[in-house]
Amino acid sequence: MPLLETRNLFARYGDFQALFGVDLVLEAGETIAVIGANGAGKSTLMRSISGVIPNKPESVRLDGEAIGGLSSARVVARGIAMVPEGRRLFPSLTVEENLLMGCYGRKVAGPWSLETVYALFPILRERRKQPGTALSGGQQQMVAIGRALMSNPRVLLCDEISLGLAPVVIRDIYAAFPSILGSGASIVIVEQDIGQAMKVADRVYCMMEGRVTLTGRPPDLSRQAIHEAYFGVHA
Amino acid sequence: MIWLDTILQGVLLGGLYALFAAGLSLVFGIMRLVNLAHGDLLVMAAFLILVIVTMFGLNPFLAALVALPIMFAIGWSLQYFILNRTLGDDILPPLLVTFGLSIVIQNALLEGFSADSRRVPAGTLETMSLPLGPVTVGLMPLLTFLSAVAVIVALNQLFYRSELGRAFRATSDDAVTAGLMGVEPHRLFATATGIAMVVVTIAALYLGTRANFDPTIGPARLIYAFEAVIIGGLGSLWGTLLGGIIIGVAQTVGAAINPEWQILSGHLAFLLVLLIRPRGLFPRAVD
Repeated sequence: MPLLETRNLFARYGDFQALFGVDLVLEAGETIAVIGANGAGKSTLMRSISGVIPNKPESVRLDGEAIGGLSSARVVARGIAMVPEGRRLFPSLTVEENLLMGCYGRKVAGPWSLETVYALFPILRERRKQPGTALSGGQQQMVAIGRALMSNPRVLLCDEISLGLAPVVIRDIYAAFPSILGSGASIVIVEQDIGQAMKVADRVYCMMEGRVTLTGRPPDLSRQAIHEAYFGVHA
Repeated sequence: MIWLDTILQGVLLGGLYALFAAGLSLVFGIMRLVNLAHGDLLVMAAFLILVIVTMFGLNPFLAALVALPIMFAIGWSLQYFILNRTLGDDILPPLLVTFGLSIVIQNALLEGFSADSRRVPAGTLETMSLPLGPVTVGLMPLLTFLSAVAVIVALNQLFYRSELGRAFRATSDDAVTAGLMGVEPHRLFATATGIAMVVVTIAALYLGTRANFDPTIGPARLIYAFEAVIIGGLGSLWGTLLGGIIIGVAQTVGAAINPEWQILSGHLAFLLVLLIRPRGLFPRAVD
């Protein structure tokens, strides 16, 4: 049984349909990447899995349990944490308070605590008393990832974590992934940077206009196939 | 010496206004909800204390202790079942619903208690006073002010030193992302309104023991509360205390010059502060 599964997942914003029957599987210990152009439905997929957009209960399953109809608070309590697009740190809270908010709805013993998050991103310990939004973009992303890890998640959803960051900063952020995987969490990343996604993912899903157009292991996917699935045109 | 006494009485009166306002400030600070029924809920709490005092012969302070959980439950339910449905991008629905609620509460109190003026009897406490250097202060005004300071300190501790307070601030910043942390915003908002009603009950204790009240005085108390909150800066609790003190001092100084100027002086002080600092004295950095 897969750890996380979406089956025939639909999502709408009012009259606008954003997802058309998306099927996705995440096995335990795996990293998968969801790639696609702007507006492909990647973030909507993340918001649907995390409960921000409500769905039919059976359209999202965690360890076989139907969780598609649950609120985001109940989804995080079951072990799915999200690093939202744009980081979304709380401006009124310090770095440390932002991190502590991460375990508000799920307090379970596990590898992640303030100490282990600070060990993963040492700069955050120095900045812990500062407002989260006073940090650089890369440091804010570290806070957002650390905050999600504080709930000791089984599944970590990372939505566009490299967006707007310098390449050297992106490298630092992705350098933390082996530790995260080593702690037992499985990861879903949403990326527009195809090269980065191919490097870190065990499997890749490519989306276009709300549908999965290609899936497979990175070594098995040709450049031309990705191009067609990403843009919908022949290279 | 008369002026010193006047200003001190104004400061102590400001404590009462700060108590009126603290609950309003709390609710606005967390969920940007302007509760137009706040003054009427205050009067309702005063009637509740009066009923408990009358029925069980309790001391008003003990009666207020009994009323606290009841008012918390009323506030929690009001928010969870009614006001949460009005929250959103449009600010009009909560204004209309709380305005309607204000009318409902006033008429229900009129139906239940008539239009007669009431007072919660506090016995000898009403007339006791303490010499403080060259001036003498009434024990009840002093207790009111100390209670206001205690309430502001307690709310600040709750906000900045507790997990619940952290969740309040996070949800105020971004309710959707707070949901991703495990916060159920609707339950959290209900808890906030419940706490605001606890503060309202403390304010009602002093409202009821220090002056006469009837079912229709809520809106006037709401205006004092609004003015205190806005002078202090929306969402700032210490600012709310200072706002209450400014209105209180302006009223007593105005009354000392001419008794007819008491209420007007408070409103003029409010307008003056707004002219100089339109966002209040201690506006939040993030708004």
